[in-house]
Amino acid sequence: MADFSLWVITSNLLLATRWTIALSLVAFVSGGAVGLLLLLARMSASGALRRFVSLYVEFFQGTPLLMQLFMLCFGAALFGVEISPWMAASLALTFWTSAFLTEIWRGCVESVPKGQWEAGSSVALTYVEQMRYVILPQALRIAVPPTVGFSVQVIKGTALASIIGFVELSRAGAMINNATFRPFLVYSITGLIYFALCYPLSLLAKSLERRLNAAG
Amino acid sequence: MPLVSIVDVRKSFGANEVLKGVSLPVEKGDVVAIIGRSGSGKSTLLRCVNGLETHDAGSIMVDGLEVGGAKTDMRALRRHVGMVFQQFNLFPHLTALGNVTLAPRVVEKMGEGRARELGLEMLAKVGLAEKRDAYPSQLSGGQQQRVAIARALAMRPKALLCDEITSALDPELVNEVLRVVEKLAGEDMTLILVTHEMRFARDVGTKLVFMHQGRVHEQGAPKALFAAPQTAELQQFIGASFK
Repeated sequence: MADFSLWVITSNLLLATRWTIALSLVAFVSGGAVGLLLLLARMSASGALRRFVSLYVEFFQGTPLLMQLFMLCFGAALFGVEISPWMAASLALTFWTSAFLTEIWRGCVESVPKGQWEAGSSVALTYVEQMRYVILPQALRIAVPPTVGFSVQVIKGTALASIIGFVELSRAGAMINNATFRPFLVYSITGLIYFALCYPLSLLAKSLERRLNAAG
Repeated sequence: MPLVSIVDVRKSFGANEVLKGVSLPVEKGDVVAIIGRSGSGKSTLLRCVNGLETHDAGSIMVDGLEVGGAKTDMRALRRHVGMVFQQFNLFPHLTALGNVTLAPRVVEKMGEGRARELGLEMLAKVGLAEKRDAYPSQLSGGQQQRVAIARALAMRPKALLCDEITSALDPELVNEVLRVVEKLAGEDMTLILVTHEMRFARDVGTKLVFMHQGRVHEQGAPKALFAAPQTAELQQFIGASFK
């Protein structure tokens, strides 16, 4: 049997990390875009839209991400749609991320004091103008730290995509372990790589929180 | 016809009737001081005038526009009625000048240069031109409230509503704000003030309204009313306030 050096193991894991990063970015960016649309729907005057968004959020927050991945992957096949693991993972993580982000952001918008809306009304701004010029700029500042913080959850969430056969960091770890039979070493390195991805983001979230609070 | 005419206005929050048929005509140039205990409905009445609260019955007309009317353009109405709040409610992410020029730029579609000119003029009016680039958090309470007045004035309102605008201020900051309001009164601005500043109501007001339990309990010329209140409630209220 071939001898796997530490370097071979690490380099292969690092190559797979590219896919973890790619999947995280896709989930975060598209999840953010969908989340923003959901936020606007959630804040709109239409009761039907608001109910739809709150159902959507309840569903994706109230079921395990793993189930969502299975449903997308195998549910699509049931309808005769061939869907690659990459697509299934991207879609599921996008939905999941959007549900959480829209809820985080709604909290931020609602934490802007009511007096700000009233001040906007009193100088004849419309609802949309109040949102755009008064509320969102303030909500955005509040939203940055928890949003960056949530990106850590997205990165860790991508590990589940390994179960539906998408080869990212976790899946690569499992495969390398199957070849080397050195689980502790392989998964330690895998864990360290995840940590190296997540820890700077956690630090960033903390420092942003401190800085934005100080400025407020 | 009065500039602001409030006729038999009623308003309830749930089962609690806060305004029980309030009528009040306000002529152009009037300085109406509304006084009364907390819970007497004075702030609610004021907030009904620019539609921040909707009244349940009765009518409020401002310069010929019916507040909350089906055909009324509330945006047009709010351009005519400025408001200053107890808690200032300045936009914290904008500078003093940015606060004052936001509505002229967005609502009046004014160009950058003209808005700036107008904004500086309004800040100068409240004595804060040199603070144009300061953010609200860098200003004292009194300065913030003066910026809030400038922000309301920038829309060239026909009437200005002031909702207990000195109640959140440290005592030594009250006067700088009152002086600005007095100056506006001198310039013939129509003012409706909900206030606890009894001396100011007496000396600057042209009309005093005492609200009690959701009704106008007594009204008249401030000096006469303070000198000789007709009802026991106002007597007691004035007695307690001047102690």
